[in-house]
Amino acid sequence: MFYKQKLEEIKNKKEEWEVNQRQKVVSKFPERKKEFKTSSGIEIKEIYTPEDVGDIDYLEKIGFPGEYPYTRGVQPTMYRGKFWTMRQYAGYGTAEESNKRFKYLLSQGQTGLSVAFDLPTQIGYDSDHPMAEGEVGKVGVAVDSLYDMEILFDGIPLDKVSTSMTINAPAAILLAMYIAVAEKQGVSPDKLNGTIQNDILKEYVARGTYIFPTGPSMRLITNIFEYCSKYVPKWNTISISGYHIREAGATAVQEVAFTLANGIAYVEAAIKAGLDVDEFAPRLSFFFNAHNDLFEEVAKFRAARRMWAKIMKERFNAKDPRSMMMRFHTQTAGSTLTAQQPDNNIVRVTIQALAAVLGGTQSLHTNSRDEALALPTEDSVRIALRTQQIIAYESGVCETPDPLAGSYYVEKLTDEIEKRAFEYIKKIDELGGAVRAIDLGYIQKEIQESAYRYQKEIESEERIIVGLNKFQIEEQPPKNLLKVDTAVEVLQKEKIAKIKEMRNNASVKKALEALKKAAEGDDNLMPWILDAVREYATLGKITDVLRSVFGEYQQQIIL
Amino acid sequence: MERPIRVLVAKPGLDGHDRGAKVIARALREAGMEVIYTGLRQTPEQIVEAAIQEDVDVVALSILSGAHNTLFPKITKLLKERGVDDVLVIGGGVIPEEDIPFLKEHGIAEIFTPGTPTSAVIEYIKQHVKRAVEK
Amino acid sequence: MNNLEELLVRGDKRAIARAITYAENYEEKAKEIIKKLYKRSGSAYIIGITGPPGVGKSTLTDKLVKNLIEKGNKIGVIAIDPTSPFTGGSILGDRIRMQDLSLHPNVYIRSMGTRGHLGGLSKGTYMATRILDIAGMDYVFIETVGVGQSEIDIVKIADTVVMVLAPGLGDDVQAIKAGIMEIGEIFVVNKSDREGSDKTVVELNMMLDLDDTKDWRPPVVKTIAYENKGINELIDKIFAHREYLIASGNLEKKRNQRLRMEIIETVKNKLMNNVFEKIQQKDFDFKLQEVIDKKIDPYTFADELYRDIFNKNL
Ligand SMILES: Nc1nc2c(ncn2[C@@H]2O[C@H](COP(=O)(O)OP(=O)(O)OP(=O)(O)O)[C@@H](O)[C@H]2O)c(=O)[nH]1
Ligand SMILES: [Mg+2]
Repeated sequence: MFYKQKLEEIKNKKEEWEVNQRQKVVSKFPERKKEFKTSSGIEIKEIYTPEDVGDIDYLEKIGFPGEYPYTRGVQPTMYRGKFWTMRQYAGYGTAEESNKRFKYLLSQGQTGLSVAFDLPTQIGYDSDHPMAEGEVGKVGVAVDSLYDMEILFDGIPLDKVSTSMTINAPAAILLAMYIAVAEKQGVSPDKLNGTIQNDILKEYVARGTYIFPTGPSMRLITNIFEYCSKYVPKWNTISISGYHIREAGATAVQEVAFTLANGIAYVEAAIKAGLDVDEFAPRLSFFFNAHNDLFEEVAKFRAARRMWAKIMKERFNAKDPRSMMMRFHTQTAGSTLTAQQPDNNIVRVTIQALAAVLGGTQSLHTNSRDEALALPTEDSVRIALRTQQIIAYESGVCETPDPLAGSYYVEKLTDEIEKRAFEYIKKIDELGGAVRAIDLGYIQKEIQESAYRYQKEIESEERIIVGLNKFQIEEQPPKNLLKVDTAVEVLQKEKIAKIKEMRNNASVKKALEALKKAAEGDDNLMPWILDAVREYATLGKITDVLRSVFGEYQQQIIL
Repeated sequence: MERPIRVLVAKPGLDGHDRGAKVIARALREAGMEVIYTGLRQTPEQIVEAAIQEDVDVVALSILSGAHNTLFPKITKLLKERGVDDVLVIGGGVIPEEDIPFLKEHGIAEIFTPGTPTSAVIEYIKQHVKRAVEK
Repeated sequence: MNNLEELLVRGDKRAIARAITYAENYEEKAKEIIKKLYKRSGSAYIIGITGPPGVGKSTLTDKLVKNLIEKGNKIGVIAIDPTSPFTGGSILGDRIRMQDLSLHPNVYIRSMGTRGHLGGLSKGTYMATRILDIAGMDYVFIETVGVGQSEIDIVKIADTVVMVLAPGLGDDVQAIKAGIMEIGEIFVVNKSDREGSDKTVVELNMMLDLDDTKDWRPPVVKTIAYENKGINELIDKIFAHREYLIASGNLEKKRNQRLRMEIIETVKNKLMNNVFEKIQQKDFDFKLQEVIDKKIDPYTFADELYRDIFNKNL
């Protein structure tokens, strides 16, 4: 980025400074630590100068916002145009309760809905399954059949809202239910807007709500890609998530590397299934974590965008610029929040949210201070939202795109993260791709190692967490935490019993048998799932049919 | 001579967040214990059966889904029904302070909330195992 | 018989578990149980499942056991993992692959660490196996991790040793050839859904054909354990090997040999314990320093030590 001659001059000056200034001080007052490192273990130098960015070609590697390689953002104006979407994800209990909240939010002018499902739904068990005991309605809405989905979206015009559903292994079933509800409202699928998370690979490595083995899971995902590109063209078919990988203990570099490796696997699977890359790639989106190490995080987002653009262009020959644009949602890092002195979490979330904004996110969820303890209270949720608003309206960081560009340190870090993440991707390619690497337990092992190292660093006080291993105080246990009552389980069971009486059980059986046959062959399963859903077959039964054909994933445990 | 303490690290419930369970499993191994790790989504019946067949000294439960008030007491109840009274049962995860007395009443000896160093868990186990470690 | 012994012969899982704990801690109580109930043992058929890490031994065991319980058999499984020589701890992770067997009334599964014992087995394995035998098991499976000649004790204890490999071990097969060829009485190429399985089968067969001195030519079976494929064939081969052992009189020979080992191992372990008990760490360290300082040589020291312990010359 600088002229050679100037660089030479700077280099000489820097050597002088090292000897005349720095060394002198260090010899008298040693630095705080022997080594300075980012959370990914990237060494941080004593000073960054133009020298460090000397061989970065600005036009090739950095460029302009809205242009390849999108290092500086995916839109030309970024937040000068409009702020990111402030999306707070919530939801628990019954479909009835959530429906009420949705209607309230819509009346307040919000157009985006966000649905979280409870764990039995996420793993394909009905609320009356023994495995569901104690879990119904706990971390999200319980959906057992189309009936629940009808209640959830009752009176909400599905052609007017955009709905984001955090659902993975049974994503096809929930999407089918959504389409079926729309049908009943007279809304055709091509009018539907929204997102399903649908990212099964990260479930195997980090989040744990998988059902089927990798092969059949990838098939379901490509079935969705294909079906949506034909019939639900405005739907975001996947949100490739590094968030949970990071929460599981990965470093920033690993988060980027494993997320993009998963992304590559999805693109490859879709291409192999005969889809054209530019047909589905513009509908891929990403979901990242925002941690405390501010500069490394900003560099991470910038590196991720640049890498994806390059991957799509060079590896997959995408032509449509939208295929190369990495759009992403960000959430602040739940795992960094402490149960001790919970108000400190507000500050952590602020730093993390700032990182996401400086990194150019498209939407953001800020965690609530009490999330390390239980479900957040209304007060805490409001503070979390206000944090975003303060950054947006008061901090001034939104007034120009990618304000940290050109910082010697940030550019160097961006480069370094890119380099290290590409090394991981190369290694994963050598193993035969992300799916194979997961089957071998490689990715799990890498994450596990980082998680363990992190914990050791905290215990040895090499890493300081304020209020946890330093600056502790005596505390009273917090009060007034929110809880879900257990009546939901009873209610859901009643609903299932009712549905089984009302529906045509012969047609359900027929639809499930047809689905089974289709699963045994290689048809796209979406139409068959849709048929079963329309007959009010339950989510658990549909999943059971698929389990009987696909088998279940066996967890890879490497310790 | 001393024998190693045997610990079953188990994850009841459906949540897939096993970062804590795995970190604990490793830390216990490093502290010289034999750790039987059984993975995600274990039913109370499976956990109790494994505890019995493996004749462990300790059952360490980890849960983040919020189902602890249902699942933990079920495990201790099943153990009791099987006549097992020499196993130390401890729990960890996102467990609100106000649930702890209830869980302790139901036979969970100690609850470790997020932020507890692994060394504290190790120390607790060493102090509280019910069967003699010396032989 | 005391309460524990009564429950044990009835196959009560808690009783088995406790008895095996005595065995693995090498407590006198374990010996007492066996002394009393020895006559009840001898009917279990012992199958060793061994091979390099991660090839699918536990998954395969799970499937074999499922197959055999359907035929009405009672089965015990001992899964042995290495203990860390540095910390003395271990993570025993085989059980996870046998999760749904856990609740079956006719199956008992136990994970053991090697606890410093060499050869791939745990010191208590002989006793634990006998306890499972006494408890009425028709089959006892012993899973050990083995990659070479240092971990072959499984052959001393099992009636049939199944050596499990997977494709892609490639050069490794060459490297560990010496170790494995001697051990396996049945070879399994698991993960046959992966590329290169046929090649591995061919290579194995070629190596096995080189040795024509034995009257049992180990068969090679292809399996895909997690899809339950090839399991019937493997069971047939295990049965065939048993038939062969019985017909040739080798089963008896093997078992007599095993008894001999069991006795010798027990004495050896006792002796070792005695030795370690007698050696006073402080005196030893003091003397060791003299060796380090070259005041005396290590062999003189060893002679002295032996004389101290046994009252006679080495
Ligand atoms: N592709 C494939 N994977 C398999 C097969 N059988 C088992 N696996 C997988 O291989 C991994 C290791 O299986 P285990 O049964 O734990 O292997 P192991 O040999 O007992 O492993 P250790 O006890 O750790 O040495 C698991 O993820 C299994 O699901 C198979 O036939 N094909
Ligand atoms: Mg195993």
